[in-house]
Order: sequence, then C-alpha cells, then structure tokens
Amino acid sequence: MANPAREALLDPLFNNNPITLQVLGICSALAVTTKMDTAVVMSIAVISVLTFSNFFVSLIRNQIPTNIRIIIQLTIIASLVIVTDQILKAYVYEISKQLSVFVGLIITNCILMGRAEAFAMQNPPALSIVDGLGNGLGYALILMMTAAIREVFGSGSFFGIPVLPLVSEGGWYTPNGLMVLSPGAFFIIGFFIWALRVWKPDQVEAD
Amino acid sequence: MQRSASYTILFAAVVCLVCAVIVSISAVSLKTRQDDNAFLDKQRNVLIAAGLASEDEVLTREEIQERFGPIESVVVDLQSGEERSDVDPETFDQRKATSDPQMSRAMPKNPAGIQRVPHQALVYRLVDNDELELLILPIEGKGLWSTLYGFIALDADLNTIRGITFYEHKETPGLGGEVDNPRWKALWPGRRVFGEEGEGTPRIEVIRGQAGPPAEDPYRVDGLSGATMTSRGVGRLVRFWLGHEGFAPYLDSLRKGSRS
Repeated sequence: MANPAREALLDPLFNNNPITLQVLGICSALAVTTKMDTAVVMSIAVISVLTFSNFFVSLIRNQIPTNIRIIIQLTIIASLVIVTDQILKAYVYEISKQLSVFVGLIITNCILMGRAEAFAMQNPPALSIVDGLGNGLGYALILMMTAAIREVFGSGSFFGIPVLPLVSEGGWYTPNGLMVLSPGAFFIIGFFIWALRVWKPDQVEAD
Repeated sequence: MQRSASYTILFAAVVCLVCAVIVSISAVSLKTRQDDNAFLDKQRNVLIAAGLASEDEVLTREEIQERFGPIESVVVDLQSGEERSDVDPETFDQRKATSDPQMSRAMPKNPAGIQRVPHQALVYRLVDNDELELLILPIEGKGLWSTLYGFIALDADLNTIRGITFYEHKETPGLGGEVDNPRWKALWPGRRVFGEEGEGTPRIEVIRGQAGPPAEDPYRVDGLSGATMTSRGVGRLVRFWLGHEGFAPYLDSLRKGSRS
C-alpha cells in the first residue's frame, strides 16, 4: 500500500484499529453498544467530529504555537462535540436521550486527541480528513460488531426488531444478562482483540 | 515552533473567539427545535400514562398535538391543594421550581429519597362535560442509580390507576431499565392506590415476586426481577407523591369539589 491516502483510510480498520490495537475509546465502546441504533448514531458522531477536528487542526498546524497546541486541539474538538450534541438534540431527540453524556464525553475520547496530535499536526488537511475518516470507521466497525452481538444476545433484537423470540414474550430465548451490562462488552472486545491478533500476529506486543 | 508570548496569546484568543461564535450560533439556532422536542416528548409521555398512546407507537408532531388537545394543564398548590389560575402552565417549569429555594421546600428524610418538593406542581387532566375523567400527575424519585421522572394517571374516582410511565431515568438497562417495558407497565392499570374509602395513606406497593390480577390483588404490583432497588424505589415514590407531602391535599379538594 504505497498510496498514503489509501493507507490512511484503510489501515485503521484492521491493521491499526484505534480500539483493538491502540485500545483507545473503550469507555464509550462499552457504554453505547447495548443497542444498534445508539451505536450507529454514536459512530456517526465520532466519525464527523474526528474528520472535522483533524481537518481544522491540520489547517492551522503551522500556525499553532507549540506550547499551547494540546489545548488548542482540545478547544477545537470540544467545540465540534458541542455542536454535534446540539444537532443530535434537535434532530434525533430520542436517541440523544439514550446517549446522554456519552456524546459530551467524545471530548475526552483519546482517539480524537491522539489523531490530532499524532497525525493532523504533521500532515496536510486533505490527508488528515482521510485519516480522521479512517479512524472513525475503525472505531465504528468495532462499535457495530459489539452492538450487534450485545443486542441480539442481550435483548433478542436487532435495531429494535425482534430476531430471537424471548421467553418473556412467549418464545424460547432467555436473554443473556451479561450482554446488556458493560462487562459483556469488555469480554466481546477482548475476544475481538484476540481474534485479530491470531489473524495478524504482528499486532501482538513483544513482552 | 517557538513563538513570542504575544503571538501565543493572540492566537489563543482568536481560536477561542472563533470556536465560541460557532458554538453560540449552533446553540441559539437549534434552541427552539430542541425545546420543542423536549416539550413534545413530555406530552407524549403524558399520553402514554393516560393510555391515549402506546409505547412503541411512532407519533408525528401533529398526532401528539391532536391527542393532547382535550387535555388541560393546571398548576396546583401542593400544600393547600388549590388550583392556581394565576400561574401560566405554559411557562411553569416544575423541575426548575424544585431546585429554586424560593419555590420549593426541603423535605425531611423520606423513603422515596426526595430532597425538595416544589410549592406548586404541573398536573394534567382530561375533562369531559365538566366531569373529571382522568388526572395525570408528575412523579419522581430515586431508583438505584438515578432519579426517575414520570407520570401516573388516575381514573375519575381518584383511586384506580390508569397507567404509569417514566420518561427519564438512568437505571441499568435490562434490569431496572425494565421500568420502560410495556409489559410491566401493563400490570398497573386497574390497581388501586387507596383503601376502600378512597383516601388516607396510599397502600399501593411494588412487591418482590408476582402479584395477582388487579381485581383480586389491587394494592400490589409485581417487582422487576433483578431490580429490587428500582422496584422498591418506584413503589416508594408513587406512595410519596400520592401521599400527604405530595398530591393528597389536591386529591382531597377534588373529592370535595365533586361531592358539593
């Protein structure tokens, strides 16, 4: 993969996934993955904030005074997050209620600051946008996979549509209580990391 | 790169200014839409408690407004039980009143974990030909992790429950969060709050295990399995708000009004 744009976009999906390799952004990955719809909205929110924050940081990267660069990055990220939160509250009120504080907590999501500091500060705006998009998608991918497993086995539904008939509704499936609690997501993400490192052994850290 | 101090300060100021303008514009321009959403969401929950809308029904703005049409909002003085026609229900914010020392009073320690009670509360009623048909009261109280906010609807006898719903809480999804489960909420209608005379201390409770059907076992509701604390909290907060510190004076004055 010689093309840097292609690399910036696709690398974070499996080779350098922010959640499974860098183990960043775990907090929100645990919190919003009980249902698919919240996971999708959260993913879109993170992708857009990450793309724009990378773009703006990259745009002014040569002007930012080094000694206050982190706080400038945070100011940009925080502003974008507030705007996103406002838009969610205005247009998808129900889901924004379920996401509650987690949209606000995107500010402290390490993926955003990590990409701003590690990538956008060194690369031109166009490439930074692609990098933001790629890392956002990498985050979204894990979120969706976790949410799919948690919703199907924890609530017997997918996007709210019943797929496994629950005992309480007269069916045969007894929902797995672990799946709806945060530790369930920990196990699932743990298994993802394991599976990915079996598939790509170079991701295993040296002792 | 290293810059002069004045450049750094200027740069920080410009970034802050730009960000502040963007944030302000988005907040101000979306404010009306957000308030509208919150208002509609509350109305929708009033309808759900009243049994005029079901949980999974997707209602458009017009449908909510149409069904809400016959429902009157009234501000009630909790201690005297009188309706206050001088307070505009449109602008009255009970949540704000509860946290305002001028508009609320502190509560002694109580099982429902309620710290302050507002002097006035916003209630909803459905009136048909001057006869009260349905009364919808706001309720709130502690569950396991969070304060639950909701509504309870009473029939014209001011004793039989028509429905209950919670529109805001942060209980554990799948356990305490099951207060949102329509099947659990369906256990409430037909149960009674007070004894035979229809007044006094509320008797309704949420028990561990299963209660009988409403006709045989009117004062008990099934607990939520795996959510003892949330179930207990719901029982306590319902008793609190229908009791003497809550809406009992208002219910009394309504009963007197209908007798005379």
